[in-house]
Amino acid sequence: MKKERYERPVILKMNTGLMNKFGKKTDFEAVTHIESVPVKSLLSDYGSPLFVISEKQIRRDVQNAIRIFKTRYPKVQFAWSYKTNYISAVCQIFHQEGSWAEVVSGFEYDKAIENGVPGNKIIFNGPDKSDDQLVLAARNNSLIHIDHYDELYSLIRLSEEHSLKPRVAIRINMDTGIYPKWDRFGFNFENGQAWNAITRIINSANLNLVGLHCHIGTFMLSPSAYAIAARNLCELAWSIKEKYNRNIQYIDLGGGFPSVNTLKGAYLPGSDTVPSIDQFADAITDVILGYGFKQDELPLLILETGRALIDDAGYLLGTVLATKRLSDGRRATILDFGLNSLFTSLWYEHKVSPAQAYGDYTEEMVLYGPLCMNIDIVRESIILPLLEKGNQVVVHKVGAYNMTQWMQFITLRPNVVLIDSENKTHVIRKAETREYIESMEQVPEHLKENPLK
Amino acid sequence: MKLKKNIATSEEGFIFNPSTGDSFSVNPIGTEILAFLKKDKPLDEIIEIMCEKYDVDRSIFEKDLDDFTSQLKEYTILD
Repeated sequence: MKKERYERPVILKMNTGLMNKFGKKTDFEAVTHIESVPVKSLLSDYGSPLFVISEKQIRRDVQNAIRIFKTRYPKVQFAWSYKTNYISAVCQIFHQEGSWAEVVSGFEYDKAIENGVPGNKIIFNGPDKSDDQLVLAARNNSLIHIDHYDELYSLIRLSEEHSLKPRVAIRINMDTGIYPKWDRFGFNFENGQAWNAITRIINSANLNLVGLHCHIGTFMLSPSAYAIAARNLCELAWSIKEKYNRNIQYIDLGGGFPSVNTLKGAYLPGSDTVPSIDQFADAITDVILGYGFKQDELPLLILETGRALIDDAGYLLGTVLATKRLSDGRRATILDFGLNSLFTSLWYEHKVSPAQAYGDYTEEMVLYGPLCMNIDIVRESIILPLLEKGNQVVVHKVGAYNMTQWMQFITLRPNVVLIDSENKTHVIRKAETREYIESMEQVPEHLKENPLK
Repeated sequence: MKLKKNIATSEEGFIFNPSTGDSFSVNPIGTEILAFLKKDKPLDEIIEIMCEKYDVDRSIFEKDLDDFTSQLKEYTILD
């Protein structure tokens, strides 16, 4: 006789008087497939936990963003923000879709070169560029975005020493009405620092000022902040034209567009609060088009969008290790991934779905990771169907920052698998092994003897 | 292990504790277990019956039953 499906017995106290108009519905859909590939087979083939990236989704999102901007403005160029996800296969998808590379370190710069990106299509941002890296970037005709005066003077010196004429822009910080104001990067607009830096560059014999750059923040929820940023950059470009009769070739508005994730502490889910890319595009292009540039002098608009183009395409699959009850009666579920893999659980209330059929009952629980550390919490409170040891779960929208900011801490980093446009799977980053981690270590001779043997 | 005499239970899984005024919702398997407890069925027998009926390992069911009964105690539903 076939036995009936089991579900853990559960009793829930019914509370009244706690209605919340912002409450979310508590019905779930089991996510049994990513694209058309079963979650079960992904986990059995590649191990648990497992990052999965959908190539189709990346292409959909980047093509959509390009269409949105190009239908509003004639000269648009996206540059893939390497730090958001620099697994080579992911970068190549963006490059195939026409994105340049936007890098913030020598390591990322070398990765972009290795990925075959021509030097003149690499934007070199960030406060940390060594002399050697600056010379290399200048020789490669890359776009060097100067972050501070020390870098500016280094570049002037290096250009003279090596007879180089690097193409440069400066990064500009400004008050766009958002909090916190990002003023640690670049030169300030309001106090005249940016204009002084521009003047210094224009007066130098070797530096070729070709662009203006800003990056006003991250996970920006206000399109109007981009309008202010665009206006300030246009004002500088216009002033450069008037005073020095030089056309600025491009305006780079950086990144910062949000993905449809829910920030911790947010009243409403991200799906209800995050503006669409159309709204950002309207805010930015309306300002530039309306500023008064002649048609043939319109600057190229560069966007370094990262998160909004990759978060959707990334999934983290995992398995329930155990369930238990905490001293205050709350249910706790321990998963085989935690803060070490899912770094963004520090910022987001990630959507987590069960990956198998379940009953009608749900319960509130804490989701813990596997680390023997108190901070390892994936969700402080989430309502999910009754989970059991061995059940599988899917975390959504994890494509950005996790596969770069993850930690090799206590345990090893898992496989990353790409599902291509034909639903074939490819390992694009192998799971780490103890041998791989230890290959970087060296034990001095006198410490090799272990008396406990 | 016995259900308090005054606890009202329904077949649909609604529980009312008139001494505290608390109401509870119980899932179908929990409702079955409560019905056994109401009839003073020993836990060993409940385990036998449920493991026979449902697709579950005995060790898992024992763990879940332990958790369930501790919740019942917490809510002062058991004597």
